[in-house]
Amino acid sequence: MKQPSLWRVLEPKWRTALQRIREERSRGGSGKLVTLVIVGVLFWLAVYLLLYLVLRHFRADPDLGSLLAGKVLGVVLLSFIAILVLSNVITALSSFFLAKDLDLLVSAPVDWLRIYLAKLSETLLHSSWMVALMAVPILTAYGVTYRGGPLFVPYAVLTIFPMLVLPAVAGSALTLVLVNIFPARRTRDLLSIVALGAAGVVILLFRLIRPERLVSPEGFRNLLDFIAVLRTPTSPLLPSEWATKATMGFLQGAIDPLPLVLLWTTAAAVTLGALLHRQLYATGFTKAQEGAERFVRGGLWRWTVGTLLAFLPVAKREFVLKDIKLFFRDTTQWSQLILLAVLVVVYLFNIKMLPLHRGEQVGFFYVTLVSFLNLGLAGFVLAAIAARFIFPAVSLEGRHMWLLRSSPLDLRALLWSKYWVGTLPLLALALLLTGLTNVLLQVRPFMMVVGLVTICGLTFAIAALALGFGALYPQFETENAAQIPTSFGGLVFMMATIALLGAVIFLLWQAVYQYVRAVFLGQPVVVDAWMIAWFAAAAALCAAATAVPLWVGLRRIERFEF
Amino acid sequence: MIRLENVTKHYGSFVAVDDISLEVPRGLLYGFLGPNGAGKTTTLRIIAGILRPTNGRVLLGGDDVHRNPIPAKMRLGFIPDRPFVYDKLTGVEFLRFVAGLYGQDGDAVERRIAELLEVFELVSWKDELVEAYSHGMRQKLIISSALIHRPQCIVVDEPMVGLDPKAARLLKDIFRQFVGRGGTVLMSTHTLEVADAMCDRIAIIQHGKIVAEGTVDDLRRQHRAGDASLEELFLKLTGGAQVRDLVEVLGEGDGGHAA
Repeated sequence: MKQPSLWRVLEPKWRTALQRIREERSRGGSGKLVTLVIVGVLFWLAVYLLLYLVLRHFRADPDLGSLLAGKVLGVVLLSFIAILVLSNVITALSSFFLAKDLDLLVSAPVDWLRIYLAKLSETLLHSSWMVALMAVPILTAYGVTYRGGPLFVPYAVLTIFPMLVLPAVAGSALTLVLVNIFPARRTRDLLSIVALGAAGVVILLFRLIRPERLVSPEGFRNLLDFIAVLRTPTSPLLPSEWATKATMGFLQGAIDPLPLVLLWTTAAAVTLGALLHRQLYATGFTKAQEGAERFVRGGLWRWTVGTLLAFLPVAKREFVLKDIKLFFRDTTQWSQLILLAVLVVVYLFNIKMLPLHRGEQVGFFYVTLVSFLNLGLAGFVLAAIAARFIFPAVSLEGRHMWLLRSSPLDLRALLWSKYWVGTLPLLALALLLTGLTNVLLQVRPFMMVVGLVTICGLTFAIAALALGFGALYPQFETENAAQIPTSFGGLVFMMATIALLGAVIFLLWQAVYQYVRAVFLGQPVVVDAWMIAWFAAAAALCAAATAVPLWVGLRRIERFEF
Repeated sequence: MIRLENVTKHYGSFVAVDDISLEVPRGLLYGFLGPNGAGKTTTLRIIAGILRPTNGRVLLGGDDVHRNPIPAKMRLGFIPDRPFVYDKLTGVEFLRFVAGLYGQDGDAVERRIAELLEVFELVSWKDELVEAYSHGMRQKLIISSALIHRPQCIVVDEPMVGLDPKAARLLKDIFRQFVGRGGTVLMSTHTLEVADAMCDRIAIIQHGKIVAEGTVDDLRRQHRAGDASLEELFLKLTGGAQVRDLVEVLGEGDGGHAA
């Protein structure tokens, strides 16, 4: 029998993607596309310019410049490889074992090789597109700085493509083996914890070794030590190192074919992966059909959180309890808290490492400035967390909306529950971040109070914006909650939040500046009408950014049709 | 109990439900029949308050489902065709959650949950996450959830799909007893034998319009169908009688002679 082409096997996927684009275009006109293109181009330009300036600076030093540039590329590509392996392992589990189209594909007379190649392509595309896009401005900056010429473009593609394929093959193979040992749903839980735990450890280790010392040669005993560190390969056995060597060799006019050959062992890796697939896929796929088989009593939640919430009306209480249970029973959701904890530690570590307390007057000024700007940074961190945990809340109710809409539940209660379940943990984190940062910075009581009150206002507003935009741009069809924040609505939410942070910081700076000037000049701090007016304007903005999105979100939920 | 007044539903230029008026009094089991895509599910979802009609209104026990939703929905139990339930809740937790949506909790709810789980033979599964349930078990759980608050009327879309014969029989008995005690059931189904055996009255919908309404005998008389079965009547009314030659559709298999 003539086998269908790979293109045909993948047809449902690409046709669905095309249809989604058509629907998006008919729903939002060209505005959405234009916004996405502008944001994307701005981001690319920012990355390109930043790297270009750094590389130009390096290039001015004929001895160390190329070593430093190579080291930076090595570290960037190494982090790409780490991201790629983690994301490929998780994506491969879905595309090879849990996807909805598998029943049809496996029952059809399609041979094992086509299924392997189709699913490998799907895994590769889903987990690598972001890294591939990110590589464009980075490699462009290298190509322009080191005058790679037009030939550098196809050469870079030849170098990066196998670097993307190898982690996809390795990730798929690892998943295949794991699914043969554990049931697929258990494997997904296990992988979520292991992957995020590993990512957390890598980030923590990377930060704790303080890589910034590499750009401060005075920290080394002598220049030779420093050069020796730069010359040491970051990871000689990984494709990232081969890609670095291949790229830098081309840019410096000393092409060494070995790294490129090593990268193109990809073809052999795909063959090995396919053979492994042939041996193990059938048994793995059968095991993947097994359920998680978990009995849950759930009494603990009822007697702890349920009792604490006893004062609430029954519908709200049950709704909050339901949301908390769903979160903590979904390993892919709660395991992200591991990464969050690591990021908080790294954040505080960075603040601790700032060299601020060198002179009394300068110290005060910079401490106040850092403490103030930290509000913006903490706000951004909170926005990213809200995008991940609060923004998808309405979308995740999509399939169950039949129940909520046919019951006498007041939709305000639904929104209320979602808002507070998301806001309270976010508020605790916000106060922890701001409070501890201010303690580490040794700020004065005035800034401590301003910081804590502001972050409270911002948290209420950010959570409301996340919920409101989540309702405005719902993704009811998405199975994976992790994909919801990366949608267009998630982007609009982040842009709106950044605008809010900018506006609040601008308003507050007018008040804080008066305080800083008074202390700096040794004058008494006077809380005058202007200062109160600026604070009031910031508070009013936060209040409006809380109330309006919630109101708009409620109106939108009332108009949902299923 | 259930009253539809000139209900219309448009999806862009497509008219899914076209000016339907219908009255289902108390104590009646009412069948809602029609071919695929005729507008049955859309109509039932409008009655349940999930979809808003483009025009017209729906009254449940005298309350407009969309203008005065809380008292209207308190009377209603809705059973959808696709059993989407929260996968990470157990059966008991799901039922407790649904009872909470209707403002009910405490010992009475716990007793009611135990009763329903017993009736639908889900007791041994009650502490297991719904993600491990089969399609039929999910359907039973949803039926239980629609009954938990003791509704006055039940709107049910394709109730028999996924149920084993024992559960299907149980559901028929429950509906009959429910109607016998003054409750109202509006049921859409493709299983014409079920409709014929169970329903007091029937409406047949096609292209969003009701093309026939009454008891099965009324329909036979109206359409001069003699003693035709409900299936024949249905095919006559919905234009499905021109079935293509099956040999042409099925082709000739290796092991048999279709001709």
